[in-house]
Amino acid sequence: MTGQSIIPSREKQLEMLQTMLKIRHFEMAAGQLYKRGVLKGGVHACIGQEAIPVGISAHLHRDDYITSTHRGHGHHIAKGADVRRLMAELMGKETGYCKCRGGSMHVAAFDVGSLGAYPIVAAGVPIAIGAAYSIMHRGSDQVVVAYFGDGALGQGTIYEAFNLASIWRLPVIFTCENNYFAVSTKTEATVALKDIPGFAASFGIVGKRVNGQNVLDVYNAAGEAVDRARKKEGATFLFFDTYRFEGHYFGEPEIYRSREEVQKSKDELDPITLYIATLINSGMISKQAIEAMEKDCQREIDEALAFAQQSPLPNPDEYARYVYA
Amino acid sequence: MSMPDKDISTRKLSYLMAIREAMQEEMRRDKNVILFGEDVERHGGGFGVSKELWEEFGDQQVRNMPISENCMAGLALGAAMTGCRPILEFMFMDFSALAIDQICNEAAKIHYMYGGQTNAPIVYRCPQGGLSYKSAGAHHSQSLEAWYVHVPGLKVVFPGTPYDAKGLLKAAICDPNPVVFIEHKALYNNEGIVPEDEYIIPLGKADVKRTGSSITVIAYGYMLQFALEAAEKLMPEGIDVEIIDPRTLNPFDEECFFESVRKTHRVVLIQEACRTGGVTAEWGMRIEEECFDWLDAPIVRVAGEDVPIPYAQSLEEKVWPNISKIIAAIKNVCYFN
Ligand SMILES: Cc1ncc(C[n+]2csc(CCOP(=O)(O)OP(=O)(O)O)c2C)c(N)n1
Repeated sequence: MTGQSIIPSREKQLEMLQTMLKIRHFEMAAGQLYKRGVLKGGVHACIGQEAIPVGISAHLHRDDYITSTHRGHGHHIAKGADVRRLMAELMGKETGYCKCRGGSMHVAAFDVGSLGAYPIVAAGVPIAIGAAYSIMHRGSDQVVVAYFGDGALGQGTIYEAFNLASIWRLPVIFTCENNYFAVSTKTEATVALKDIPGFAASFGIVGKRVNGQNVLDVYNAAGEAVDRARKKEGATFLFFDTYRFEGHYFGEPEIYRSREEVQKSKDELDPITLYIATLINSGMISKQAIEAMEKDCQREIDEALAFAQQSPLPNPDEYARYVYA
Repeated sequence: MSMPDKDISTRKLSYLMAIREAMQEEMRRDKNVILFGEDVERHGGGFGVSKELWEEFGDQQVRNMPISENCMAGLALGAAMTGCRPILEFMFMDFSALAIDQICNEAAKIHYMYGGQTNAPIVYRCPQGGLSYKSAGAHHSQSLEAWYVHVPGLKVVFPGTPYDAKGLLKAAICDPNPVVFIEHKALYNNEGIVPEDEYIIPLGKADVKRTGSSITVIAYGYMLQFALEAAEKLMPEGIDVEIIDPRTLNPFDEECFFESVRKTHRVVLIQEACRTGGVTAEWGMRIEEECFDWLDAPIVRVAGEDVPIPYAQSLEEKVWPNISKIIAAIKNVCYFN
């Protein structure tokens, strides 16, 4: 891959920062709700991993598709999902995206092209292939992004999907977020895959390992992949190195890593801090403007919280609604 | 679409051809109806059911798949949520086990867990069963309908005649929900009247295959054939058997069962599948809950034995229900007092 690095417009760059901040604030608000006992069930935050969906979605249209995972809030917000309906879903309210039949782990936002979060590890990947197939069938120029974690590389269905995507030249971008852990298990302990480009090439598709903490690197890699998919030139496997700052889910004890390791990562690998430094150095934005942006995000999340809090609970008598279409 | 009178039509078609014709008509009507499966193109799938469809519809609507059942089922779901109406052929029902995640965890639930935002119009065609399809052994003869009946969000259909096969498959393809459509391998060559005129049989409706007054026998799939033969043999003894084929196993037409039981007061339920946890257990329980006061005898089941399907024909015959087991059960219930 010789693709020259493209510098996105200032407007695009600020928009990307804004979205990363929005995701961060959303996740922090969810963390607070969890601590206060408002949220139940597994809530998996993507704090530390925000650059990946943001750099990718910067190239996506509203009608492009994504399939997501249990760690999917960021995927959805980056794709343009309404944070009010997302928050309401987490809080079990009727105004949630899925009328709160789904929850954090099983959210979907069809209005912005999310075909859903599939918390069965790797299950969304063959579904993404199906959406890509239907794009080919309809002759449209949409693309599909299939998000999955490093843990999903243990599932055979991933390789089945790679195989088919190559055979049928499907417009799909396989997006692995390697945050170095599957719950407590280090990637290297269970995943043999090392050479991403070589591995992908053996399937006849392009593969690239990318620094997932640098949103501009993500943006560039995703740009090539999305372009390839739109032109029907085949699938791409993007393998992003990243790090998750929170436990596997809120409240998870994290006995498998030291506080020092986490703190070091927060200090050195925070995609938002890194990006802000780049933007300030290049003179694209001032410190005051960033503060204003943070305030905007906070306001938007506060509004989402208020919306969710004021929304009605689902009617228990409707528990059987939506079993059959 | 009106129901053509099958008593007037004289055209005979095999169960296999009836299924093919249903797919062909729906694929002509809607180019988003796509058949996916292993060897479904020229080869016509595992049993030749889709032969000639690839020649007519090409790659656009008939696609060979790699041997990747779970991926194939996931693909069907992704395609279904974005405008296609996939028909998926599993070469054998037994192999659907590899796709259970995508069928039961995903497709069955997406309408519910996503709060009505989407739905999955998929038909999983599953050839199953043994009997005259002999000596196929443990991985090629099972009857697995109960696995899928247990999953809310899925519909499960199992026709016992060519007429039902065609009308039900057309309904399944048009249904907005995922439908497990079971085909009995030993029925593929059975012939029956299938009118030329287009018709559809709504899902969830049972059919009274034989009216009678002495006892209600509920049988489906290949067991319908056995029940019909048993009924003829019992006629000289003065036992007049009513036979109901539910045709759709989920949702099943319990009202039809209850109505018949209130008339005959006696019930025998038949399934080819192994006994424990089978669908007839559910039906028996429902009948007991609703019609207890109407029953003159205990409800009796005839079912397969709780063993993996063996290879040797002498063993197979021991495991499956047969006409004499059915006759014995009916007599037991009729002579109970
Ligand atoms: C099929 C399946 N097996 C096990 C689990 C339990 N589980 C939930 S998340 C997870 C780890 C996933 O790791 P990874 O794919 O790397 O994603 P991450 O959580 O790191 O974002 C496991 C084992 C599951 N949800 N699905």
